[in-house]
Amino acid sequence: MLEIVDLHKRFAPDKPVLQGVSLALAREEILCLLGPSGCGKSTLLRVIAGLETPDRGEVRLNGVAINGLPAHRRGIGLMFQDYALFPHLDVAGNVGYGLRMQGMAAAERRARVDAMLALVNLQGYARRAVDELSGGEQQRVALARTLAPNPALLLLDEPVANLDRLLREELVQELRHILKTLHVTAIFVTHDQEEAFALADRIAVMQAGRIIQVDAPPQLYRRPANTFVAGFLGFRNLLPITATPGERQVCTAAGAFILPAAPPGPLAPGARLLIPPDAAVLDVQSPGPTYVSFSGRVTATTFRGSVFQLQVAPATEEVGCQLSFEFRNRGRDRLPTIGETVLLWLDTAQMIVVTADV
Amino acid sequence: MQRLPIGALYALPLIFLAVFYLYPLLAILRVSMGSGDFLAQAATALTSAAFWRLLWFTTWQAALSTLLTVLAGLPLAYIFARFDFPGKRVLHALLTIPFVMPTVVVATAFMALIGRTGLLNEWLQRLLALDSPPIQLEQTIWLILIVHVFYNVAIIIRTVGGFWSNLNQHLNEAAAVLGATPWQVWRTVTLPLLLPSILAASLLVFLFCFTSFGVILILGGPRFATIEVEIYRQAVSYFNLPLAAFLSIVQLGLTFSVMVVYTRLQARLSRTLRQRRPVRSQPPRAWRQWALVIAALLVTAVGLLAPLAALVVRSFTLGDQGSTLRYYQALTENPRQSAFFAPPITAVANSLTYALATLAISLPLGVISAYMLAQPRSRTAVILDPLLLLPLGTSAVTLGFGYIVAMGPLRASPWLTPIAHALIALPFVVRTFLPARRALDQRLQMAAATLGAAPWQRWWTIDAPLLTRALAISAAFAFAISLGEFGATLLVARPDRPTMPMVIYQALGRPGLLNYGQALAMSTILMVVTAAALLAIERFRLPGEEEF
Repeated sequence: MLEIVDLHKRFAPDKPVLQGVSLALAREEILCLLGPSGCGKSTLLRVIAGLETPDRGEVRLNGVAINGLPAHRRGIGLMFQDYALFPHLDVAGNVGYGLRMQGMAAAERRARVDAMLALVNLQGYARRAVDELSGGEQQRVALARTLAPNPALLLLDEPVANLDRLLREELVQELRHILKTLHVTAIFVTHDQEEAFALADRIAVMQAGRIIQVDAPPQLYRRPANTFVAGFLGFRNLLPITATPGERQVCTAAGAFILPAAPPGPLAPGARLLIPPDAAVLDVQSPGPTYVSFSGRVTATTFRGSVFQLQVAPATEEVGCQLSFEFRNRGRDRLPTIGETVLLWLDTAQMIVVTADV
Repeated sequence: MQRLPIGALYALPLIFLAVFYLYPLLAILRVSMGSGDFLAQAATALTSAAFWRLLWFTTWQAALSTLLTVLAGLPLAYIFARFDFPGKRVLHALLTIPFVMPTVVVATAFMALIGRTGLLNEWLQRLLALDSPPIQLEQTIWLILIVHVFYNVAIIIRTVGGFWSNLNQHLNEAAAVLGATPWQVWRTVTLPLLLPSILAASLLVFLFCFTSFGVILILGGPRFATIEVEIYRQAVSYFNLPLAAFLSIVQLGLTFSVMVVYTRLQARLSRTLRQRRPVRSQPPRAWRQWALVIAALLVTAVGLLAPLAALVVRSFTLGDQGSTLRYYQALTENPRQSAFFAPPITAVANSLTYALATLAISLPLGVISAYMLAQPRSRTAVILDPLLLLPLGTSAVTLGFGYIVAMGPLRASPWLTPIAHALIALPFVVRTFLPARRALDQRLQMAAATLGAAPWQRWWTIDAPLLTRALAISAAFAFAISLGEFGATLLVARPDRPTMPMVIYQALGRPGLLNYGQALAMSTILMVVTAAALLAIERFRLPGEEEF
């Protein structure tokens, strides 16, 4: 229902913010724009909302180009990161603002406001002043206000970034529930990959004004398009490939591995081998045919409750090469100590070759 | 080492205010009550048409001036708040000019620009070959209104503009994406949020115009009088002290009511400001925005500078001899060769002496007051806070009049003038210094201590840098206020030690080109001296800590 075609935007001649962004969104889909700060994701959102004019390119809503349409006539909702609640209006005044602008009658408006407040679990808050609310309550009011006029498309700019961690996880689940119940089509912006995984149907990763990869969360995690995406998703073990003696064989500082499946096409220079942190098992004898043994010296340990992490340097003593792995704790009393040599089994089926970041 | 008697130090501002502010006001009350029958006096005044005419004129000219000032100031406030353009800082600095320029100088400057013999009239006459000057504003209400707008537009621009630039831009955008047209955004979001600041600034402008003195006295001629001017006339020209006292009390009552509303609004403003995050102003983008900004820039710069430039030009070119220094030379001569009259130029020394004495009085008192007010649970602060605001709402003429009736033998003391100036400057000193004092977060001291700074090092590296700037700004303000003070000075200064504004006023009142030229020359000197103090203010001003 939303199509973005080759958007370009620069704030200054030497400051390009969007460099040819194209994107399509299906009805009732929740898309997440994921990327580091300054990658242009918020600007893209503002262009779609009509708050910024693109230098080039087109935004189409249901097949109609809306470039020339001012923000107030687009029927696109935008929730701001700082919520931007009107401080001179109470909760009901905020939630009913869009309805008032539509010219909805007062009685009808009140009913709709109450329904929206019920939806976000804020029954009885109608007469509260917005600056008396907690951060989580303000976030809900902002959501109710954005949803009230029933926008064709909902845009959310870092919707939970201003909240503390526990509240964030709770609200992300609730947000997805609400959006799916109302069959809303939505784009939201975040720099937190866990938030994106939890909320989105599809994720578009942005870097320096370009969309690098668009995929559903599991595919994105399994097959990051390049080393930037892999790095941004939190993968640490990205080993430069030094040689490819056989079709399925790759050599790295941590050793040579024979991959079960051949990488598609010839390897571009700068390609790296990605070993996911959960691709290793400890204290088990040959867990499966795709596993290879790996002996290394522990250089750091981190205990995280149900899991723990080990940083391991290959026993071959390659300078500067470190791998980090995560293991289920499974009632373990003590962790390997630093300096200790451990025997790991690495699953080559989980390893992939990632092309270089451009 | 024995500790300083802090309590005694803190009593100083209270004693000063009691003796030199409350006591004179009470004396006025006594004069109006004591001279026979106060009620009869009040009844006579209240039934006279002249009194009601006076009150009506004072009120409507102030209201109209305020309205015009707001209308002129809001677009400029918007441009200052929203756009970043070359020369913005300079223009912002220029805006302080009218704020500290003496009324006498501004009035004279406007006469030099658009008066009957003003520069503009002269040019237009020559250009269009006219027999009479085309601009006939002298002694009309229009000239008064124009000067009031010139004087006060900076208050609107700075107060409302400062508030505007702190408004979260997302609020407007949120309204727009919720379907509000630009006009609806302005009406339902921007205006309601700005309204308290517009009201507060308007009230201050109204207060200043309501008690307008020098402008009306010099530009209005005998036709126009505010209550303030009438108090002066009754007290000095007709020596009708009871009527002057009655008018003072009426004016005090009215100005205090406005003050109360103003302080309430101020408190509300600082509360709503807390939750805002400033948004960076942006350079204009579309050509229409550029046109708007450039037009506003030109109008502001020309409006601010043209009268002052005309004053300088006129002081050198008045008469038919082309460029001349004779008016400046005349200032150094003693026309009557009399032992009782010093050459007018000595007024420069008098004014500077008074200004330094004003600093000597108002700075220590202001600093002590600020320290007192900054203490969290001080009982004296509760008394001092409103007491310090009162002089701001008390007209200068009333104060001077109070000194005349209250000070007895002290009336002839040369100290009375700087004392009056210090009293008028004190609220400004405190308001400028207090935010800096409050900004001295205790945690900074603690942080410095944990980083190994000894007590004196903490004072030297943290308190001193933060406070000296504020102190310098306060001093510049007090200095400028003293230089330009006119209303109280006219009543309390000794005739043998006139200040620059007094000399200008007297010269304006005498006929002849030479006298007028001297007024222009002296105004130019006063302007230059004040501008020097002004430059100091702009050098030291910290962003975002203006309370006026």
